[in-house]
Amino acid sequence: MTGTDSSAVVVLHDLERRFGDFVAVNRINLSVQRGEIFGFLGPNGAGKSTTIRMLCGLLTPSAGGGSVAGFDINTAPEQIKERIGYMSQKFSLYEDLTVEENIDFYAGIYKLPTARREERKRWVIAMAGLEEHRQSLTGTLSGGWKQRLALGCAIIHEPPIIFLDEPTAGVDPISRRSFWELIYQLADAGVTVFVTTHYMDEAEYCDCLGLIYRGELIALGTPEELKGAMTEELVEVACEQPQEALFIVEGLPGVQHAALFGRGLHVVTARAGEAIPVIATALTAAGLRTGQPERIVPSLEDVFVSLIEARDRQTAPQVEVAR
Amino acid sequence: MKLQRIRAVARKEFLHVLRDPRSLIMGLALPMLLLFMFGYALTLDVDRVPLMIWDQSATPESRALVDRFTGSRYFAVAGRADNYRTIERAIDNRDALMALVVPSGFARDLEANRPVAVQMLVDGSDSNTATIALGYAEYIFAGYAREVRLEELQRRGGRTLRPPLAVEPRVWFNADMLSRNAVVPGLIAVIMMVIAALLTSLTVAREWESGTMEQLIATPLTGPELIVGKLVPYMCIGVFDLLLSVLIGRYVFEVPFRGAWPLLMGLSLLYLVVALSLGMLISIVGKSQFVSSQFAMMATLLPAFLLSGFVFPIENMPGVLQMLTHIIPARYFVTILRGLYLKGVGPAVLWSEALLLALFGAVFLALAVRKFKKKIG
Repeated sequence: MTGTDSSAVVVLHDLERRFGDFVAVNRINLSVQRGEIFGFLGPNGAGKSTTIRMLCGLLTPSAGGGSVAGFDINTAPEQIKERIGYMSQKFSLYEDLTVEENIDFYAGIYKLPTARREERKRWVIAMAGLEEHRQSLTGTLSGGWKQRLALGCAIIHEPPIIFLDEPTAGVDPISRRSFWELIYQLADAGVTVFVTTHYMDEAEYCDCLGLIYRGELIALGTPEELKGAMTEELVEVACEQPQEALFIVEGLPGVQHAALFGRGLHVVTARAGEAIPVIATALTAAGLRTGQPERIVPSLEDVFVSLIEARDRQTAPQVEVAR
Repeated sequence: MKLQRIRAVARKEFLHVLRDPRSLIMGLALPMLLLFMFGYALTLDVDRVPLMIWDQSATPESRALVDRFTGSRYFAVAGRADNYRTIERAIDNRDALMALVVPSGFARDLEANRPVAVQMLVDGSDSNTATIALGYAEYIFAGYAREVRLEELQRRGGRTLRPPLAVEPRVWFNADMLSRNAVVPGLIAVIMMVIAALLTSLTVAREWESGTMEQLIATPLTGPELIVGKLVPYMCIGVFDLLLSVLIGRYVFEVPFRGAWPLLMGLSLLYLVVALSLGMLISIVGKSQFVSSQFAMMATLLPAFLLSGFVFPIENMPGVLQMLTHIIPARYFVTILRGLYLKGVGPAVLWSEALLLALFGAVFLALAVRKFKKKIG
């Protein structure tokens, strides 16, 4: 469908990967437009890294295919590697090399000409804020610095497409924020960014989102589209004993699902207006001190939790039948 | 293959080695340690065998025999005894390895032209040394017996006689029969093989373990570029080790070198490529530093030691083992080094060994390139 679309730079077509009997990625179809920030979301083990590795030519698909920058991932992985930047989940810098030595190494691997090499080196050092640490061993840097340096090394050749696999895992919130500012700058300059994460707040920064769960793509769209797609209504209950409250609320009529959320509960229901009095009465009767239940606008996290719950409800009976 | 990428990999690998004390110790200190240890310990020569003497005869004749022992460089007098208890104690304490007992009737029997029995007691716990020492002793006895017989004949005939047959042994290539002259070149071959293979066996596996390989295989860097780039620094370490070993051999162990230096260097480089590529191949297949280094040790140390002809002559091995030695690269380099060191032979003699080494190197490198996949799993 999007294969002919000239502005689609990443296309996945029934992409599948199995490890023995385990289907890590199950027939995924999606496309990413040039200059877009595409967020690939899902819980750990959902198949995010497996997908990204297939796109970067590190893993051979079991079935299906796709293209990156116009090259087929099955037949031209090496051409793809010249046109992408990839940052793997682990910090993949050489810890016993200094900041400058790491940069020089990747500049050499990507065959940057001497003049451009110096310019790009200055850019990476400035971008990562490492002016004072050029000669420091990379192993001694903090997580945020390592992460920015790793990004700098991965995009030293100014690739048009970059793949980031959980780039902010284990990094403090301030570093995460400034990292996303960098990603915005790159996207503004026309770079396509394919990023995986399990931080829901980061999902809000993306132009387009795909939610992967147990190897399957269960939702695809802009953050607004996905929020609008939630047909249920959401009620928030602030309370002091959320564990006990959760136990009570889950059994109430009209409540589809409830989950702990911060210092309270998020309750999914078909009609908030009818559920609110029921919840309030039940909690008061149990002697729990609670605030007044309120209907709220769902966040992306609510949307995804609800989508995953719906998926589980949908697949559970099938599994029973299969037995 | 792009030179710029090879240079980047080589430079990075150099820095790893320089900053890793483990690699430095393994690459520089260990070979020297091995060379000194084995160079001194692996002396197969037997000389200055400690000898106890019990001269029951105490006559000019018996003293003449004893003098032949004390004057020989193969024996050193550990003490004199006048009973078996003293001799036994000396052998038990390892103060003496042998004892010479001249019977009291020695001179009398000799005079009367009766057969004379002289007793040699030997500590057989080290059978090799015992056999060699007995050989020396028999040689001395034979010499003495011949002289006694000649004197007797001269006295009867009244004229000077010449011994009927004289053997004049002349040993070629290792004129002093010093085993060290053969041990040191063989040792260099073994050490180079083990160290070189061990060094490279870690290099690819380390990148898989630390996760840096995942980043590398997502770049346009090719397998041959990575492999050649990684070989360069270890090649330099290998050449440095080799030069040092050769210098130590020359000036510490005083092993003479009779061949051509350029030939030694050229063939050594070839051998290093073989050893380094073998380690590289192991590292690529092993994917874990522990597995790879263990395997590299096993694949090089024992075969190079036992099957290269360095310690045990290949001609004396059972047929199956002899066949097996043909796939041990160290075998060819031991032959090359001994040829260069002891015989001073040239390319006319060594070309077949050189060709086989080149073949090994090409096969190992080709396999390494083939086995290296820019894929995960």
